[in-house]
Amino acid sequence: MLKALFGDLSAAPTHHRWPRFTADSERWRGIGEALREGKLDLLGLWGDVGAVHCVLFEPATRNVVSASIEVIAGKAPSLAVFHAPASRLERAAADLFGIEFVGLPDPRAWIDHGRWPIRTPLAQPQLPGAPVPPYRFLEAQGPSLHQIPVGPVHAGIIEPGHFRFTASGETVVRLEERLGYTHKGIDKLLEGKSTEDAARIAARVSGDSTVAYSFSFARAVEAALEFQPPPRAVWLRAVMAELERIANHLGDIGAICNDAAFSMMHAECGILRELVLRACAVAFGHRLMMDRIVPGGVAADLDAVGREAILRMTRRVQSQFPELIELYDNTASLQDRTVGTGVVSAALAAQFAAPGVVGRASARSFDTRLALPYAPYDAVPIDITVRSEGDVDARIWVRIQEILFSIAWLEAALSSLPGGPVRLPVNTATRASIEGSALVEGFRGDILASVRIGPAGRIERCHLRDPSWFLWPLLEAAIEGNIVADFPLCNKSFNCSYSGHDL
Amino acid sequence: MRRRLFKNLFTAPCTEPVAEGAAALDAAGTQLRGVIARTLGRSLAIREVDAGSCNACELEIHALSNAFYDVERFGIRFVASPRHADLLLVTGPVTHNMREALERTYAATPAPKWVVAVGDCSAGCGVFAHSYACVGAVSKVIPVDLVIRGCPPTPTDLLQGLLGLLNSSTAVGVNSHQS
Repeated sequence: MLKALFGDLSAAPTHHRWPRFTADSERWRGIGEALREGKLDLLGLWGDVGAVHCVLFEPATRNVVSASIEVIAGKAPSLAVFHAPASRLERAAADLFGIEFVGLPDPRAWIDHGRWPIRTPLAQPQLPGAPVPPYRFLEAQGPSLHQIPVGPVHAGIIEPGHFRFTASGETVVRLEERLGYTHKGIDKLLEGKSTEDAARIAARVSGDSTVAYSFSFARAVEAALEFQPPPRAVWLRAVMAELERIANHLGDIGAICNDAAFSMMHAECGILRELVLRACAVAFGHRLMMDRIVPGGVAADLDAVGREAILRMTRRVQSQFPELIELYDNTASLQDRTVGTGVVSAALAAQFAAPGVVGRASARSFDTRLALPYAPYDAVPIDITVRSEGDVDARIWVRIQEILFSIAWLEAALSSLPGGPVRLPVNTATRASIEGSALVEGFRGDILASVRIGPAGRIERCHLRDPSWFLWPLLEAAIEGNIVADFPLCNKSFNCSYSGHDL
Repeated sequence: MRRRLFKNLFTAPCTEPVAEGAAALDAAGTQLRGVIARTLGRSLAIREVDAGSCNACELEIHALSNAFYDVERFGIRFVASPRHADLLLVTGPVTHNMREALERTYAATPAPKWVVAVGDCSAGCGVFAHSYACVGAVSKVIPVDLVIRGCPPTPTDLLQGLLGLLNSSTAVGVNSHQS
């Protein structure tokens, strides 16, 4: 399909990792049709000054390309007409760049709540700040329906966002999300930064995925510069990424069970999660390993003490986790809440290219580490698990399996780490603009980084796409027909990022 | 489940008397309970408000409730509504899109109340400074009694910070913005 679409074009010589083609509106329409027919997956779509870019993945051939279309007189054709997952991405690009997506079925502002001092902050020129019309939530009609507004400030210690439930008695008829509350203007902040400063911002797009974001950003920059990080750094990056995955999955399993009022599991998983974070602090000097992956390599080497701390932790998790798995599996009252709850159909998961755990619990066999393997996973592959039930239970089981796989992979990796330097200087001074992209599997799913570096070594445009963009809409689908009280369970089993989505 | 519970009955608790930083935490926590008892009579109810953070601070605030730190043993607990809270724990560089929600949460919290700003962002935007989308430090929006810095602060930092606040406010009786 990609060959048919772009075979006759030559790729932009400045873009590295995978080819980038410039499409005309005819070809853009072809992309839309291929997405609609399920021949391609949409991995991201974002605005630029005078252009719209997207990233496409062809599952059949495992090829990736970027495609761009010129914005003419402030307008670009919409892909959302063909492919619903593009909708919020186009709405966000419209808010930030003032691009009018012709045919976009849902023209409501998404990230712009009418509160900023300026509008279209990334466009040239910007528009003066102005209130946007009140947000019109989608209607649901029928007898005895009532609405339940929740947020942006939630009851738990979680990020802010608004949920509008329409319920019939206890049953959710429709959930609509309103996001954007944590929008920090990251795309704009990245402009003009050195790659070093930009890396610190990338590390703070979503704190729970700080390693994965730094990893993805560093790989995008290195692709642009055609730079090879030293072998030891490549392995240490993956060690950190797997530690982050284990910690987050442990936290999620406990938190899901806690939302079914099974606090014992929460307490037990919390202990294991803390052990992981403490091992990270010993090994890399920071509990969440923030700013440890940088363009050029890693900022912290692993010494014998750190290695031993990680191995002590993995042994402890291996001895205790099986009992918790058994506890989960044998507690009927808990299973009663998780089995059959919040089902995401395989068809929807495929349409939205559902990232990470959510996709793999709904029969989508995609994990960047295997589908588009990057070092060091290309040398030592990691196991993945795919289930087809698509419910909360399946998402718990995928996490359980991934913890076990990550631990096994970590132990093998730590026994054969290459030596040598962990960081090499990167020379970002280039003669012309250069571009690079990368896809890295975080605990939540694939994180896309795409960067364009200008001649002075400064970031011209950088876009970081969180997996949550494709997960949030699926949560709306998953809760439909479930009871309101099961929403926390469904929500935790997705664990979407607000900050990563809002940018 | 019974087997696990039975086993736990005969295993030493992991709530820290031994691990690193334990001495500071235990002393700090015990002192905190004393101060809270004098100021509030019973316990400290905290409402956490994310005003635009990257969620790293939230992760570490969460960790306060795990078995190692177990803040509840000191009478500190997290509540679901500002109406039940004595203290707001605010994170993030306060985005314009969250400003009103933060102001309204503060208004909904009954006096006496305290505000603790958590993390470098809440102190001055951190890496998000000079963004069109951020208002700035939490203190630009609501009165702040204490800032606990860090990116993110560790659970031990958080607990010691809360203690600092309660110590100083007992010294002056009540803080300045009670109404």
